[in-house]
Amino acid sequence: MLGLNSKDATLFFIVIALAVLAPFLLNPFPEDSALAQFNAGYPDLMQRFAIYGIFAIGFNILFGLTGYLSFGHAAFLGVGSYAAVWIFKLLTYNVVPAILLSVIVASIFALLIGYISLRRSGIYFSILTLAFAQMSFALAYSVLSNPNFNLTNGETGLQVYSGDPQILHRASLPDLPHLFGLSMRANYQLDISGWSFNFNVGYYLCAIIMIAAFYFSTRLFRSPFGMMLRAVKSNQQRLNYTGLNSRPYTLAAFVISGAYAGLAGGLLAAMDPLAGAERMQWTASGEVVLMTILGGAGTLIGPVLGAGFIKYFENIFSKINDQILHQWFAFLPDGLEDFMVFIIHPFIGKGWHLTLGILFMLVVIFLPGGLVEGGQRIGRLFGRKKRAEDTTSAAAKTPAE
Amino acid sequence: MDAFILQVLNGLDKGSAFALIALGLTLIFGTLGVVNFAHGALFMMGAFCAVFLQKLLSLGFETTDETKTDFLGKPLKVETPYVESWFGPEIGASIIDWSVPLAIIFAIPVMIGFGFIMERGLIKHFYKRPHADQILVTFGLAIVLQEVIKYFYGANPIPTPAPDMFKGSLDFGVLFGFDANAIIYPYWRLIYFAFAMSIIAGVFAFLQFTTFGMVVRAGMADRETVGLLGIDIDKRFTIMFGIAAAVAGLAGVMYTPINPPNYHMGMDFLVLSFVVVVVGGMGSLPGAVLAGFLLGILESFASTTWATTTIPGINQIIIYLVAIIVLLTRPRGLMGRKGVMEE
Repeated sequence: MLGLNSKDATLFFIVIALAVLAPFLLNPFPEDSALAQFNAGYPDLMQRFAIYGIFAIGFNILFGLTGYLSFGHAAFLGVGSYAAVWIFKLLTYNVVPAILLSVIVASIFALLIGYISLRRSGIYFSILTLAFAQMSFALAYSVLSNPNFNLTNGETGLQVYSGDPQILHRASLPDLPHLFGLSMRANYQLDISGWSFNFNVGYYLCAIIMIAAFYFSTRLFRSPFGMMLRAVKSNQQRLNYTGLNSRPYTLAAFVISGAYAGLAGGLLAAMDPLAGAERMQWTASGEVVLMTILGGAGTLIGPVLGAGFIKYFENIFSKINDQILHQWFAFLPDGLEDFMVFIIHPFIGKGWHLTLGILFMLVVIFLPGGLVEGGQRIGRLFGRKKRAEDTTSAAAKTPAE
Repeated sequence: MDAFILQVLNGLDKGSAFALIALGLTLIFGTLGVVNFAHGALFMMGAFCAVFLQKLLSLGFETTDETKTDFLGKPLKVETPYVESWFGPEIGASIIDWSVPLAIIFAIPVMIGFGFIMERGLIKHFYKRPHADQILVTFGLAIVLQEVIKYFYGANPIPTPAPDMFKGSLDFGVLFGFDANAIIYPYWRLIYFAFAMSIIAGVFAFLQFTTFGMVVRAGMADRETVGLLGIDIDKRFTIMFGIAAAVAGLAGVMYTPINPPNYHMGMDFLVLSFVVVVVGGMGSLPGAVLAGFLLGILESFASTTWATTTIPGINQIIIYLVAIIVLLTRPRGLMGRKGVMEE
């Protein structure tokens, strides 16, 4: 179906179902219950799930297929954001041209950087991309925000001011990013006896684009082009010896992956019309690497899972404080309760990055395939048990025969 | 001419830090073949060794001084550091004053020990894994170390001054016959440079003139053959990892008076140090040192008013630009050996 084999089609429909039903799935707990803090069904967070999902899917096309580890992918995200905000400033608040331009600009930028960086491989490639990203960050942060030529507005971040031209803007249209008049912040709240579900225009736009991005990446994974990229990963030297020039393939993968990052950046700006240089910093590049690895590099669904996982726990862990911990451990004797809170305290709230770092190390050490591999291992464990039961029952039957 | 010398001098202290970190990175890479993204974190830990020692030495007890009163008229509480009560006020005060140089003695065993634990506990399991995995796991470790330090010391830079004796500046120009006040250079930066040079010389001498160093160099050239000769090369490489960690740590200890340490200083230096290693040539120790000083001085020249008015912001991007040009024209770096990291 849709040019996908049955397994991929199932996966694709699961992704569609998850994306469409996210407002329900992410709000499983009633509004006033104690567990409501684990809800994640509010528009802002759901948008980030979808956007970083796109970012990670794109990164995976490069890293998962070709094995080239780019440490500067956030540069494309930042460039996309800046491009989108410039459209908002000069033309219109409509998100369609903004997103289109952000993809185009990011692709051109990726073409330039990729052309140079891909001349080297391995660790050199990582360092080159890192150097380019840090350079872009430095440019955006200070150099390109001088009074004569203010492209990025430096530390403050680029944003839309009331004095901006916005040539195509009409008074009837909302003063926020919109899709042909439909504001990105339009939200419909459905209340069903204690539960409340948010249906947000911005989220659904992101979700639809993410589904399209996922579909495209599935097709790409299964295409001859995708096979070529895998060949680069498994043995580039051998590929070169067969007389094939692998660079156009890797460059194409790099540009596609940069375009995905630009798309994510444009969407970020479309949800909230600002763009800041910190989006390009190398910690942001590191984050997308974490998402992809955590989910499972080289798998289709992994990056989406990883992005959702990290963004969800970032949000939850940052919200938990000592008071909530005391509530959780209230059933323990006082001394033990304080002790447990003391132990967990460094990992919550502001300590989220510590948790993330430890988690990341554990995944790289013990589960290089990420969450997907973890799931498969568990699945196999159960499968083996089942098979083992079958054989024992078969063995039990034989004497009877 | 004096302006030229001033810029060269200004580049030396940052160049020294780059050179020391890059030296450690290259040692680890050359011996173990591991790309250590946590090396910046080791630099930062060294700096916090100095902070820790300073806090430890300043620990004190409170006494009430009956002769003085505070603004409410109560007897004033005076905090006396333990060292002052043990060794007498004058020696005690000078011990606290000298906490940064003293931290060198403290940091060496700490950093070597930490290097051992890190190599045996974590890096050892990553020799056979792809470089991407090594980068990722050390990157994770760097985040963890950074966050642990942040948890204990907070996010703000902690001022850790140099001993009083070394405060102030040297009028460097007078020595060479320039006008007074033409070239003014802080004492501590001179000391930092001298310190860095002696550490670099020490490491090179260790590798060049000792049997241990000879075996390590042989192992760097051909690990397998050295192993076949019946030498336990892994053990020696572990020791080299400890030494590399100590070099980074000492660079951090001595850097604290120049820049008050904060938890992300390591990462700021790491990215640039990688660039330095690549420019110098992966696996080449002299290359790392040379490139460290060169890039430090280059950055200082790019920060002059003349350069920043000609090309705004050139000081922010010069190092990256140079790295890109070097990698494209001389892919092996300035002094890179053939066959190192060329898949």
